[in-house]
Amino acid sequence: MTLADPLPGPAPLLGVRGLTVRTDDGRTLVDDLSFTVDSGERLGLIGESGSGKSLTTLAVLGLLPDGMTATGSVELAGTQVVGAPEKRLTAVRGRDAAVVFQEPLTALDPLTRLGRQIAGPLARRTGLKGRDLRAAVTEALVRVRLPEPDRIARAFPHEVSGGQRQRVALAMALACEPALLIADEPTTALDVSVQAEMLDLLDSLVREREMAVLFVSHDLAVVAGVTDRVLVMKDGRAVEEGPVLDVVTAPRAEYTRALVAGARKLESALDLRSPR
Amino acid sequence: MTLVDAPPKAAGPASRRRRSATLLTGCALTALVVLLALVSLVWLPFDAGDTSGGRLAGPGDGHLLGTDKLGRDLFTQLMTGSRIAVGAGLGSVAVAALLGVTLGVLAAFAQGWLDDTLAAFLDILIAFPTLLLAMLVVAARSATLGSAVLAIGLAQSAVVARLVRILVKRVLAQDYITAARTSGTSWPRTVAAHVLPNIWPTLVVNLALQFGLAVLAEAGLSYLGLGAPPPNASWGRMLQEAQATFTTAPAGALAPGILLVVLVIGVNLVADGLRDTLDPATRRRRT
Repeated sequence: MTLADPLPGPAPLLGVRGLTVRTDDGRTLVDDLSFTVDSGERLGLIGESGSGKSLTTLAVLGLLPDGMTATGSVELAGTQVVGAPEKRLTAVRGRDAAVVFQEPLTALDPLTRLGRQIAGPLARRTGLKGRDLRAAVTEALVRVRLPEPDRIARAFPHEVSGGQRQRVALAMALACEPALLIADEPTTALDVSVQAEMLDLLDSLVREREMAVLFVSHDLAVVAGVTDRVLVMKDGRAVEEGPVLDVVTAPRAEYTRALVAGARKLESALDLRSPR
Repeated sequence: MTLVDAPPKAAGPASRRRRSATLLTGCALTALVVLLALVSLVWLPFDAGDTSGGRLAGPGDGHLLGTDKLGRDLFTQLMTGSRIAVGAGLGSVAVAALLGVTLGVLAAFAQGWLDDTLAAFLDILIAFPTLLLAMLVVAARSATLGSAVLAIGLAQSAVVARLVRILVKRVLAQDYITAARTSGTSWPRTVAAHVLPNIWPTLVVNLALQFGLAVLAEAGLSYLGLGAPPPNASWGRMLQEAQATFTTAPAGALAPGILLVVLVIGVNLVADGLRDTLDPATRRRRT
């Protein structure tokens, strides 16, 4: 596939061009969205709920819900995702991109032990079996800094805490060793104290592996902490894109200005109340 | 969040006792009939065709419950009848489960007009009376136990398929299915590893109920002469044969009737008990 206007350097890991998602009854949920993520790059996708950011992540993997269709182009590690047959998509998912979802309680199978849920993608990637596979599962749990990995591997999702569940979900995504990790509001469902830990963990794990990240959030402060570049979305359209520092210090779009002002206001409330 | 975050505590002793009482009673009643059926495979008090007992004799002379109008031992017939009842129940449920789950999963994945067509087809099949369907099957094949089991299984598979379709649709909408898909799990693997285990608790309870209904349906078919042919003593056939002499020798009708009730109540209690122990929703609500 050749691009109309050739980009400098090699093709990006993820290239989204003119992505549009429509429902069957004609509503446009994502409108002509274009962005790229290079290998090892971390892009933040920011916007309020309903702005189409989660749909964008699903469209990247060809997993849109029934009744929605994507048009445009999504090229993930050289594979055109839009319109690709299921078989080709199954090969791409996990290997080229894996997702950590917002709500770990619903993103984990309630009736399958956590160890087995990690073992699935792990076995598919490495081909390990039996004792070796169990050891690899334990190692995966240790890597996301979970205490008592053996107990957690045997537990069901409802038997561990919310923070632990999200670490398991992260371990599941990392078990695929994807080139691109998509994090869809991975800290929104967590307590603030656990949030910081989780972000720190995510940050270090991704740096270690030089993984690219597409970090989706409504929280500007969270995105600013872990990404290099941000894309601001509103009502399914991109309103602004640029390096984090530029967007935070000199927002151009009206909506981004409101977003930054809001984040600053919250922060200053904290400053006012802290003892001097 | 706090509710689900806490590790599940064991249910209170009172509710646990009540729950296990239901399951235990059900298991005991069912086991009684299953035991009769199993013993009948290796030992019977009299030969099934033995008519030496005298017509409509009362209990005694080795005949625990007396004899029927042909002089055959009633208890012997009850035992072979329990074998037929349990066999018919298991056979019908096996047919219903195999066909119903396959059809239900396919229907859940179908979209657009195919989905509508399948749903309508299942509704029509459910509206079709089991007995009428059985008569058709029997007319097309022959009046054997196999035909009856096939007919009952076919009729029940529609009920199972409709249930499975809804259950699978509900599970497919869950985040953990999307999560499994994002890690590159293929559809067949997703169904085997995540969908079926999650519909299993509800499905197994329904199958237990279907077992009870199948036993009743088989008795009904045999009563009409559409079940197992004459030398086989099905409970339904026993009831029908004892009907004329009910006032003079009630044991011939009461005994199979009571065993039928015992088995059906038994499996229903088992289904109830299973629902409480297996369904994660009730399990969690009680913590």
